[in-house]
Amino acid sequence: MNWFTNLLTSTLGRKLLMALTGLFLILFLVVHLIGNLQLLKHDDGHAFNVYAQFMTSNPLIKIVSYVNYTIILVHILWAIMLTSHNRKARGSEGYAVSKNSSAWTSRNMGILGSIIFIFLVIHLKGFWYEMHWGGIQTVDYEGKTVKNLYLVVAAAYAQFWYAALYVVSMLILGFHLWHGFASSFQTLGLNHPKYNPIIRFVGRAFAIVVPVLFALIPIWMYLNQDIYNK
Amino acid sequence: MKINLKIWRQKNKDTKGSFKSYQLDHVSADMSFLEMLDVLNNDLIHKGEESVAFDHDCREGICGMCSLYINGRPHGPQQTTTCQLHMRTFKDGETIVIEPWRAKAFPVIRDLVVDRTAFDRIQQAGGYVSVNTGGVPDANEIPIAKKVADEAFDSAACIGCGACVAACKNASAMLFVSAKVSQLALLPQGKPERKERVEKMVAQMDEEGFGACTNTGACEAECPKGISLTNIARMNREYFGAITTSYEVKVGGGD
Repeated sequence: MNWFTNLLTSTLGRKLLMALTGLFLILFLVVHLIGNLQLLKHDDGHAFNVYAQFMTSNPLIKIVSYVNYTIILVHILWAIMLTSHNRKARGSEGYAVSKNSSAWTSRNMGILGSIIFIFLVIHLKGFWYEMHWGGIQTVDYEGKTVKNLYLVVAAAYAQFWYAALYVVSMLILGFHLWHGFASSFQTLGLNHPKYNPIIRFVGRAFAIVVPVLFALIPIWMYLNQDIYNK
Repeated sequence: MKINLKIWRQKNKDTKGSFKSYQLDHVSADMSFLEMLDVLNNDLIHKGEESVAFDHDCREGICGMCSLYINGRPHGPQQTTTCQLHMRTFKDGETIVIEPWRAKAFPVIRDLVVDRTAFDRIQQAGGYVSVNTGGVPDANEIPIAKKVADEAFDSAACIGCGACVAACKNASAMLFVSAKVSQLALLPQGKPERKERVEKMVAQMDEEGFGACTNTGACEAECPKGISLTNIARMNREYFGAITTSYEVKVGGGD
């Protein structure tokens, strides 16, 4: 298994893990978004609550969620490892004058990621923790008792600062994805003149569309409080 | 033209360096950057001062010896080597800041000269084709598609100057290593040692303490020879493919 540890500890291997975990998290974003868009339905949270209940009780989803937590942790830990390695490689003496010939997002993935991490902690405390261990009201749908997460979300997004935090965080996520999406393909070695334009286009479209749709939910719910907080 | 210079002076590897200012009053716009430094050194020697040490050799843009981080960019403001940079690129009265390459794997030896033998050791680890002795093979014995030959040639254009490392925020040597890996991996002559080569070169690159690539593209933008990021993707492919499928042949055949 010597080759395997070599693979995971080499600079290329560490980048490989960053790319693979990053791509998995991109997939996770899609699933998460599709679920959340049900909040835009004006059905007093029926669809969203049923979905939230399913996501927290289905055994298969449970396994996937543990994989997801692990992958988030690996993505963060490997990023810290790589960043400290790269800092060391740069040496103690820096340049007095330095002009950048690269994109801003590509140079600041660590900072963007750190902000996303802070957002993630707030986000998990606000909804994920509440859903699992918080005292949430329940609601009955056709005889089935379901936790009313919808109420928690509606109350949260009724606060201007809470909604604003989500919108800003999604902007940051967009910047992170702007570089991250195409970059992961490059790291995996998936670079070919035939496919590069498609990867770049899909990556940039994803970095815009997904965060915008995510941000739309708090904006919409804040603006339509008369519907959401009856 | 008049030129103000701020040059990094450092006695040796172990002492701390600092910037020193110089002024040149009669610089010709037609001088190359290195000729301008020659003039400065001439002045310094006449004054009995220590001349500025900098790397140079062919002065034709092909040897890869010249370096210099000029006004915040490796090899200065143009996509060329420092020796092919001319003073007409600068304005009269401009202050030019000259620094050595900065990377842990490239320690400063003196003034603007850094130790780039790390690149040599990476090359020695696998950047070659083993050729058994015998008759000289005919040049066109093995057919190679023109496009493949061109691609390999583009990679082979790397002169190993280290501008990629100097430009990279992570001091990553991946553009250099990937160019060397690509050049041989693309050609039939490089195929027999293909897997071993990439594994050994990457291991040596890590051993030397270069950083990891974050795909910023700064290396590609600053490379005087236009080596592209495609090489890095190719090296990644080669490496992941090699490390997951290579096997060591035991001498004597084993059991």
